[in-house]
Amino acid sequence: MGRLSVELCGVELDNPVIPASGTFGYGYEFAELYDINLLGSFSFKGTTREPRFGNDTPRIADCPAGMLNSVGLQNPGVDRVIDTELPRLAKCFRKPVMANVSGFSVEDYAYTCRRLDGEPQVGWLEVNISCPNVHGGGMSFGTDPKAAASVVRAVKAVTTKPVIIKLTPNVTDIVSVAKACEDAGADGLSLINTLLGMRVDLRTRKPILANVMGGLSGPAVFPVALRMVWQTARAVRIPVVGMGGVSSAEDLLEMLMAGAAAVEVGAANLIDPWACKKIIEALPAAMDRYGIKNLQELRIGE
Amino acid sequence: MNDTIFTILSQRKLTENVFELKLNGDTSRITRPGQFVNLRLEGLYLRRPISVCDLEGETLTLVYKLVGRGTLLLSQMRPGQTLPVLTGLGNGYDLSLAGERPLLIGGGVGVPPLYLLARRLRETGKPVSVILGFNTAAEAFYADRFLALGCTVSLTTVDGSLGQRGFVTAAIPADYTHVYTCGPEPMLKAVYRSIRTGGSFSFEKRMGCGFGACMGCSCRTITGYKRICREGPVLQKEEILWED
Repeated sequence: MGRLSVELCGVELDNPVIPASGTFGYGYEFAELYDINLLGSFSFKGTTREPRFGNDTPRIADCPAGMLNSVGLQNPGVDRVIDTELPRLAKCFRKPVMANVSGFSVEDYAYTCRRLDGEPQVGWLEVNISCPNVHGGGMSFGTDPKAAASVVRAVKAVTTKPVIIKLTPNVTDIVSVAKACEDAGADGLSLINTLLGMRVDLRTRKPILANVMGGLSGPAVFPVALRMVWQTARAVRIPVVGMGGVSSAEDLLEMLMAGAAAVEVGAANLIDPWACKKIIEALPAAMDRYGIKNLQELRIGE
Repeated sequence: MNDTIFTILSQRKLTENVFELKLNGDTSRITRPGQFVNLRLEGLYLRRPISVCDLEGETLTLVYKLVGRGTLLLSQMRPGQTLPVLTGLGNGYDLSLAGERPLLIGGGVGVPPLYLLARRLRETGKPVSVILGFNTAAEAFYADRFLALGCTVSLTTVDGSLGQRGFVTAAIPADYTHVYTCGPEPMLKAVYRSIRTGGSFSFEKRMGCGFGACMGCSCRTITGYKRICREGPVLQKEEILWED
């Protein structure tokens, strides 16, 4: 294994950097900017059973050191992802990709995961039970340990690929949800999804977002994310993918030191399309500065 | 698209709250009038998209209205200061649709992107008619610049303090081959209903990334979902679906 390589659910990654779902499309647009094969992997746009436009606009708001989004899972639906998006991706990305899946019922999750299970390029299923921007689904599965476990069991029954459950921070006790997912057979966890927030437009005296509330991401959430990764990683035996405001090689090292097996980078891609490339390139020098020989040695308590 | 550092050459007020900013940098990725750039400002997380007003060699002109924190910070920047800019964003206006007598209709802060378009169209030797609409005479800008390009310029103001009283639609001539327009959405809708030819409509929406990754600025069209930042900001008349 190389100096930067890590392992995630039995699959080796050249480095721990994974662009987060919803900030990297289906990859090929970023491939026009740089060779995306230098990434560890990436998590593609949250995919649902049926095509979705998402929520009304405005669905973006700027925040101190971050942003709100209430996009609401715009995606072409799993059939078109398989017929159109994945073949396009295969032309510019030769590594296993993380398939991000969302749903509005346990059956939805199982259906979409079963469809994606047949795709050879899908290395992991990242099951989003934490989207704050959809009603009657998404986050409601991630805020209740029993509901979370029911999604895990349904998905595990239809796939042989590693199943990573993406958790919401909008709960009292993330560890109880994490443990419920582990007990139900999850192969890994990823966290955090965005934190619910809102902003008001002073001129109109109305919320900026048409959906009123949206998910906060960016550097503002980094300390919260780091804390939750640390709490979760020490409570479960399955790997945890850390994310939330990671914007530099140093942030990434903090996440790994807190117990993350790999790290997703989200909002940073939206203000600098080359952010992930820069983080990977900055990693060796940052490791040198802190006397880190390789990333494998960083896992606390191992 | 590229991400480069631009240096501010000058900044001046055109009206009480409209500013003209000239910057120097790599403009090579800006290929069409109607495209925009995305500015990264110190102290703000998201970039701020602003349409290209003019382009001459390495000099980029942006004209923007003071509306929020981003434009306030921008208005306080001085010559010599630098800012990171993503350039070459959006589809821009298609000059090949112009026909023999293109008509350009701009309202308020929608006027700036039409300036580079007018210049490019004039370079092809075509007669270019321009209608510029403002609320009041005090808010008007750039009419002399369009005249200097050799355009036929009609002015309208809501209060009648300059040019014809009323909205831009009152000044639409009898004879034109294609309409290029940019302005507030109610104006675009009125233009849409008033014209008899094809039209290129430039839209504005709150954006996240500005280059197609976040899906923040999506809209519905006759031909499917489009991202204002990538498949837009210019949509063709026949594909527009008004949201209300």
